Amino acid sequence: MTEATHDVMTTAADEDEVVLRAVDISKTYGVTHALKGVNFEVRRGKVTVLFGENGAGKSTLMKILSGVEQPSGGQLVLDGEVVELDSTNDAVDRGISIIHQELNLCPNLSVRDNIFIGRELRTRSGIDYARETAITRDLMTRLEEQIDPGTQVADLRLGQQQIVEIARALAADARILIMDEPTSALSSAEVEVLFRVIAELTSHGVAIVYISHHLEEAIEVADHAVVFRDGELVATANAADIDLPWVVSKMVGRAAEYDFTGEPREFGDVALSIENVRVVDAEGGGRLAVNDLSLQVRAGEIVCLYGLMGAGRTELMEALSGRQPIAAGRAVLGTKDLKGHTIQERIRMGIGLVPEDRQRDGLVQLMTVGANMSLASLLTMVKRSLISRSSEKARIESGIRDVRVKTAGPQALISSLSGGNQQKVVIGKMLLTSPKVLLLDEPTRGIDVGAKGEIFSLLFREASKGLAVLYVTSEVGEALTASHRIVVMAKGRIVREFDPATATREEVMAASGEAGADVHAMGAEQ
Amino acid sequence: MTDTLQTQAPQPEAPPEAPKRKLNLNALLVEGRALVALVIIIAIFASLSPNFLQPENLILMTRHVAMNAILAIGMLMVILNGGIDLSVGSTVGLSGVVAGYLLQGYDMPLTQLVAYPAVWVVVVISLLVGMLVGLINGVLVSRLNVAPFIATLGMLYVARGIALLITNGETFTKLQGEPALGNTGFLSALAGAPLGIPMPVWLMVVFAIVFSVVLNRSAFGRWLYATGGNERAAELSGVPIKKVQTRVYIISGFCAAMVGLLLTADLPAATPRAGEFYELNAIAAVVIGGAALSGGRGTIRGTLIGAFVIGFLVDGLVLVGVSVFWQQVIKGAVIILAVAVDQLQQTLQKRRSVKRVQVQPRKPQATPAG
Repeated sequence: MTEATHDVMTTAADEDEVVLRAVDISKTYGVTHALKGVNFEVRRGKVTVLFGENGAGKSTLMKILSGVEQPSGGQLVLDGEVVELDSTNDAVDRGISIIHQELNLCPNLSVRDNIFIGRELRTRSGIDYARETAITRDLMTRLEEQIDPGTQVADLRLGQQQIVEIARALAADARILIMDEPTSALSSAEVEVLFRVIAELTSHGVAIVYISHHLEEAIEVADHAVVFRDGELVATANAADIDLPWVVSKMVGRAAEYDFTGEPREFGDVALSIENVRVVDAEGGGRLAVNDLSLQVRAGEIVCLYGLMGAGRTELMEALSGRQPIAAGRAVLGTKDLKGHTIQERIRMGIGLVPEDRQRDGLVQLMTVGANMSLASLLTMVKRSLISRSSEKARIESGIRDVRVKTAGPQALISSLSGGNQQKVVIGKMLLTSPKVLLLDEPTRGIDVGAKGEIFSLLFREASKGLAVLYVTSEVGEALTASHRIVVMAKGRIVREFDPATATREEVMAASGEAGADVHAMGAEQ
Repeated sequence: MTDTLQTQAPQPEAPPEAPKRKLNLNALLVEGRALVALVIIIAIFASLSPNFLQPENLILMTRHVAMNAILAIGMLMVILNGGIDLSVGSTVGLSGVVAGYLLQGYDMPLTQLVAYPAVWVVVVISLLVGMLVGLINGVLVSRLNVAPFIATLGMLYVARGIALLITNGETFTKLQGEPALGNTGFLSALAGAPLGIPMPVWLMVVFAIVFSVVLNRSAFGRWLYATGGNERAAELSGVPIKKVQTRVYIISGFCAAMVGLLLTADLPAATPRAGEFYELNAIAAVVIGGAALSGGRGTIRGTLIGAFVIGFLVDGLVLVGVSVFWQQVIKGAVIILAVAVDQLQQTLQKRRSVKRVQVQPRKPQATPAG
C-alpha cells in the first residue's frame, strides 16, 4: 500500500502529467480548520477520486479548486504557474469547471442556451444561434447523447441534464472537470453512460476530479485515489493498488471524540409508531421517496436513521413533521394519529422537526437569538392576548442555559452565532415546546466536533428524561457512538437494523449501499 | 411609538433592556436617516416660507399626513409579510362610496321602503367592506398562491369598478343626514377636531399605538416578522403562515376603509374616484421608513416618519409655489434617494462583515521547486 502521505512531490518522470497542484493549501473558517496544509495533484487524462467522510475537507478543497473560495494559506499551481482563482468565472477561464451535485441549469431555457449562457457567441446583429446550435450538436455527438439543442432542459431526465452540464464545461474548454457526487441521483443505466463519458473525456486529456460516497463506484472509475480525514490528506495511492477495505480504513481512522455507547438504556412506551408509511417524492414525478416503511421509537430511545443521500430519510422526517403529506400508512404519536394535523398542531401534540438546512429552514436571520428561541412556543407565553415579557424572558433564558448556547445574550442577532450555536438554538426552540418526540435531520452537519459532542450529550440528557429521538445522519461514526439503535435506510425502505454496541462501520456502510450493494444491483440489471 | 408605550407602562424588567438599546442602533440608523430627511425638509421649507411652521399649517399638513399614515400602517403589515397591497387606494374609494350610499338611504329590494341605517351601522358596514376586499386579497395570495402584486392589482380594478357601479359614476353629497331619520353625526364624528386636533390625527395616533403593541407584544406580531424573515423556518416552528398572510391583507383593507370614511367626511362627499394612487404614497412611506420590501424588517415608528417626510414634502412644495410638474419629480427623487441610501448602507455593512471574516494572514509560501 502506498504511503505517500504528505509527500506528493513527484518524480521528474511523471511531472509533465500534472496539470494542477495544490501546495500546502489550508482553509480556516473562524476557529474551524477545514483544510490543514493539503498537498495534492491532478493529472492530465486521469480520474483522481477524493475519498473522505462528511466534513473531512473534500468539498472545501473542491470550492478552492473551482474558485468559489480562496485558501487561507498555500498555493495553487496550474501548468507550473502559481494562480489565484478569484471567482468561478476566473476558474472557468483557466479551464477548471465544476459540476455540482445540485445541477446549475436554467430549466426554462434550451440545451443550447444553457450551454452558452453567460458566454454567448455574438455577431454584430446579436447571438449567433446557428453556430451555437452546430457546436451543441457536435458536443452531444461527442458525448454520445442524442439530445436536440433546442430541447428545453426541464424536459430532460436528470442524467441527461448532467450531460448538458458536462457539455457546458467542454464548451468552455475545460481541461479539469470537478464532479461532486455525480451519480447520487442517477439510475444505474445513467451511471454507465456517465462512466463512458468520463472515459471518453480522459482519453482526450481532460483531468477529472471525482467525489462520491458510493465507494465501489468511485474505486471503479478511479485512476488515483486521495483520502481525506479531518481536513488532512491522509493517503494517496494508484487505483490499481487499492480496494474497499483500504479506503474505508483510511477514511475512518480515529474513533469519534465522544462516545455514548455506555449510556443507560431505559425505554418507556412506544412514543412514535410509523406503520407502512409511503411518501411521494415531491420532485420526481410519482416516485416513492419512502416506500412502505415501518418503525417504532420508544420514549427515552435515540434511534439513528443512517443512509445515503436520496435514501428517503429527509422525506420521512418532513412527512412526520407535517411538511409533506403521508401518501399511505399512518404515523401515530403515543395514541394519536398524526393524519390531518398541521405542523402547528403536531408541535402542540408533541412532535417537532429540527431541519437539515438550518439557514434555510431553521432560523429567521433578521431576528434575535431570543426571538428565534421562543418562536415555536410563543402561544404558551401569551397572557391576556399579549406575550408576557417576564415569562418569555424566563423561558428563553432557561432554553439558552439548557442547550448551552454561547451568546452575548437573548438580544444578540442570530447571525452573530457560530454554526454549532445556531444549531443549538434551533434544537432549543423545539425543546421549549416540550416535545415527546424530537426529529432531527442531520443535526451535526457543518459543525465542529466539539459542538457535535455537546449536541449529542444534550440529546442523551433529554432522552433520559423520556424524550424519544429519531435523527438522520450520513456519518457512520455518529451512528455507532451516539445512538441506542441504528436503522439503515436505502431507497425508501429500512434495509437493516443494528445495535451500535456490536455493529461495525463496514457492516453499516455496506448495508446502506455505500459500499457494495449498489454496484451489485447495477450488475444484476444489465 | 414604542417609547410612548414604555413610559406609559413601565415594565418591571426594565434594567436588562440595556443590550436591546445597543442592538437597535442599527434600526435607529435606518429610521434615523428618514428622521434626518424630515428635519432637512422642515428646515428648508421653514426658511423658504414663514408660514410653514405656523401652528395652523402644521395641523393642516399633519391632517394630510394622517390619512397616508393610516394607510401606510396597513401597508406595513403586508410588506412585513413580504407582500404588497396595491388595492388600498381603490378600497378607500369603495368604502367611502358605500358609506355615502347608505347615508343617502337605500331602496330595500322587493319593498317600497327606503332604509336609513344609523351612523355607527354605516361605519361598521364600510369597514367590513374594506376587510372583505382584504380577505379576498388574502385568500388569493395565501390559498391560491397568486402573487401579491397580481392579486391586489386585480382587486385595485375590481374595487374601483364596484365603487363606480354603486354610484353610477356620480358623487354622493348628502352626507349630513337628517335628525328625523336618526342618521346624523357622520360628518361631526369623522371630520371634527376634538381638542383642536383633527379626527384623522387622533386616529393615526390610535392606530399607531394599537399596531405597535400588536407588532411588538402579540404572538401575531412575532409570527409576522418571522414569516416575512423566513417563511420556511416559521412554518416548521408551527407558525400558521397562511393565517398570518390572510390576516395582514384584512388589516390593510380595514385601514384603507377607515381612510375612506375619513376622506369622505373631510371632503365632504363620497366620490368613486377618491383615493386614486393613494397606494403609492403608502408604499413610499413604508419604504422611506426603513422597511424591506422582501419582508421581516420595518417598524411603525419608521413608517410614521416616512409618512411625515412624504406629506411635509408635498405640502411644502405647494406652499413655496413649486410647479406641480416639479413636485412630482422631486417626490420621486426623494423616494429613490431614501431607498438607494438604505441599500448602499446594507451593502457596505455586508462587505465590512465579510472582510472581518476574511482577514486571515496567508502563510508565506515558497514556490515549489518542481
